Amino acid sequence: MTVQELNARREAAKKSFIPGEGSVALRVVVGYATCGIAAGARPVLETLRKEVAALGKTDILIEETGCIGMCQYEPIVEVYAPGQEKVTYVKMDAQKALTVAHKHLANGQVVQEYTIGAATGEARDGEVLPLSKTAFYRKQKRVALRNCGVIDPENLDQYLAMDGYQALAKALTAMQPADVIQTMKDSGLRGRGGGGFPTGTKWSFTAAQPPGKKYVVCNADEGDPGAFMDRSVLEGDPHAVVEAMALCGYATGSDEGYVYVRAEYPIAVLHLEKAIKDAKAAGLLGEDIFGTGFSFDLHVRLGAGAFVCGEETALMTSIEGKRGEPRPRPPYPAIKGLFGKPTTENNVETFANVPQIILNGAEWFASVGTERSKGTKVFALGGKIKNTGLVEIPMGTTLREIIEEIGGGIPNGKKFKAAQTGGPSGGCIPESLIDTPIDYDNLTAIGSMMGSGGLIVMDEDNCMVDIARFFLDFTVDESCGKCTPCRIGTKRMMEILDKITEGKAEEKDLQKLQELAAHIKENSLCGLGQTAPNPVLATMKAFPDEYLAHVKYKKCPAGVCKALLNYFIIAEKCKGCTLCKRNCPVGAIDGTVKNPHTIDTSKCIKCGACMAACKFGAIIKK
Amino acid sequence: MVKKISKIPFSGTPEQEAQLNAVIASYKDDPSQLMTVMQKAQSIYGYLPFEVQVMIADGMDIPLEKVYGVSTFYAQFALSPAGKHPISVCLGTACYVKGAQAVFEHLQELLGIGPGECTPDGVFSLEACRCIGACGLAPVMMIGDEVYGNLKPDMLAGILEKYKKMEGIA
Ligand SMILES: Cc1cc2nc3c(=O)[nH]c(=O)nc-3n(C[C@H](O)[C@H](O)[C@H](O)COP(=O)(O)O)c2cc1C
Ligand code: SF4
Ligand code: FES
Repeated sequence: MTVQELNARREAAKKSFIPGEGSVALRVVVGYATCGIAAGARPVLETLRKEVAALGKTDILIEETGCIGMCQYEPIVEVYAPGQEKVTYVKMDAQKALTVAHKHLANGQVVQEYTIGAATGEARDGEVLPLSKTAFYRKQKRVALRNCGVIDPENLDQYLAMDGYQALAKALTAMQPADVIQTMKDSGLRGRGGGGFPTGTKWSFTAAQPPGKKYVVCNADEGDPGAFMDRSVLEGDPHAVVEAMALCGYATGSDEGYVYVRAEYPIAVLHLEKAIKDAKAAGLLGEDIFGTGFSFDLHVRLGAGAFVCGEETALMTSIEGKRGEPRPRPPYPAIKGLFGKPTTENNVETFANVPQIILNGAEWFASVGTERSKGTKVFALGGKIKNTGLVEIPMGTTLREIIEEIGGGIPNGKKFKAAQTGGPSGGCIPESLIDTPIDYDNLTAIGSMMGSGGLIVMDEDNCMVDIARFFLDFTVDESCGKCTPCRIGTKRMMEILDKITEGKAEEKDLQKLQELAAHIKENSLCGLGQTAPNPVLATMKAFPDEYLAHVKYKKCPAGVCKALLNYFIIAEKCKGCTLCKRNCPVGAIDGTVKNPHTIDTSKCIKCGACMAACKFGAIIKK
Repeated sequence: MVKKISKIPFSGTPEQEAQLNAVIASYKDDPSQLMTVMQKAQSIYGYLPFEVQVMIADGMDIPLEKVYGVSTFYAQFALSPAGKHPISVCLGTACYVKGAQAVFEHLQELLGIGPGECTPDGVFSLEACRCIGACGLAPVMMIGDEVYGNLKPDMLAGILEKYKKMEGIA
């Protein structure tokens, strides 16, 4: 394909699906990513297809699309008409789809009660509020996710219509590799995989290696449990990653790349493989792209469920078909990476920003964000929050804006307690720091980290010691075992946390926890071990009283740690039947006939025999 | 990670073996494709019995200890067969903070098996997994390919009932 042909195909592509540009009158898209399907998008799509066929309207296009971002409101259907803002229908089912088909698609009457504005309660008197004006969307800015939930990800032409592969054409025909790298440096883009290393600088290291075999690797292992932005990009806009990797290949002098994807993401793998196949068929990958003499080929490798394989050196060993154990750095991958060759490795979201930067320029990208963190960041918002989903916000947005405005606050009138970022390597942000503008350096300064983008909200019912234990349990399980501080050290920390949650710890155990943590951080080989103690340290720092309550007073203030719950008798309900007293194996219950009994919690062994025996529901645990 | 190794005798069919040999034949010149071959073998047999690992090692001309090393390193490779309806409960962060642990524990009680185990009749197996990308519906579990969301422990017996009826054991 030549650049002229690319442009011609873009114009033809626009006519094929954008309402008003060609013969399409209405375009209906159904969110068909993992989350949409899980929520029941399949019957919705089938109903729409059937009804529109029955109506005989061949100018209505019905398509699948990627994640629109509002997981809470799935299944989602959006209707595009010429010259209007799209209409967003939420929480759809087959019945509602039938109504929309008959009213809106057949007769142009919007079914207001199913629209997003009605669902969130933001729309006034029957108004059809566009998604872009809702609190969830207003403060977002979509760069990495710009095509997700908009185009059909399996359709190359739709990507082309959104200026797809124009950045590659621009770079190959009008820029030297050094210009591409300079643009990346000037943009200020930093790695979105967690570390935040400047992308342009990383590329310049590989580019500086003598010519010869070099590789480009995309990290799509997405190990943080509770983060799914990379999945959404691959499912919703796979060509953006393909194009970016080719750009990286051009800039660094590489002709071959690998994408390492979690096997748990079957739809992402499917869409990515199709994208690569279609790009090859169209001459956008392969030999002599755009007749410029530049060649680039791409392969997919599946991970197999080992968190440590997200670490860059482990990932490369895994691509080579071995046990994915990290190796010491240096040598850095830029010098000796995949198959021993110079390698550039970036995260999915990092790559998804690249075509936009090349196309619109470094200044455009750098105009958004803070002094040292440019552009936007995608967060997977989850936990105790009304609007769970995928949000892309300019760097510098505060946590309060994310939680209270975009996220809609905490459900059930509960109180915000903390937000966790950075997954098993990260930390928590307590309420007192909720107004911190989010960027790499601020998050590190307050004892958390950007991480890859998981943002889990916790309310007053969550116990921070239990959360720390949850993450540590994860790292104990995932430690590859290659080095002792991580393998044994995390187990020792876990034993102490177990003691704390069981009320068997003493204050000096807290000290021991700190010492172990420092030792593990200092002496582990790879990032997994070096960051494993973070969730514990961060919660200890932000919630010292909660730890103390467990250790000193043997209480779990949030009421989560089972062993610390105590049995009580409600005096008003107790009839004084003495049954509990007779059933208690350790004589912890005191009381006389027909008078309310009491439990001596210091003697109680929490066997629950009294509670099971009581016929009046007078015994509770709290 | 400690893995449960199956004590159930291996029973592969000639068709399965032919499929596996075809997979091996197409990748045997590239040792870096070992994991790909193992992933395909697992989808043929449902798990990776020791006998299959021997076939892969021989076919790919890779020492058995390397194949075994890879199969025990990665969580995805199962050394025991799954039940007819494999249940996997998400214990990702979003699900955990919304009570997934209670769901997981209650399922163990209802099924009478622990994590990584299979019911004696081979109908259900149970495991924990991490984030299946449906955090908006947390807590979630999958039974086969079906996703169940917004779970509470008291909903589980009813869901299992459906499958038991299907198998005629209710
Ligand atoms: C234990 C561990 C797990 C990691 N998991 C991931 C991951 O799942 N995805 C990812 O992109 N980076 C992950 N990283 C970071 C990578 O090592 C690497 O820094 C990153 O992919 C580089 O890309 P970037 O510069 O574009 O961020 C992990 C690091 C460690 C130490
Ligand atoms: S720090 Fe942990 S995960 Fe990393 S190499 Fe050592 S044992 Fe393995
Ligand atoms: S954490 Fe359970 S689906 Fe994401």
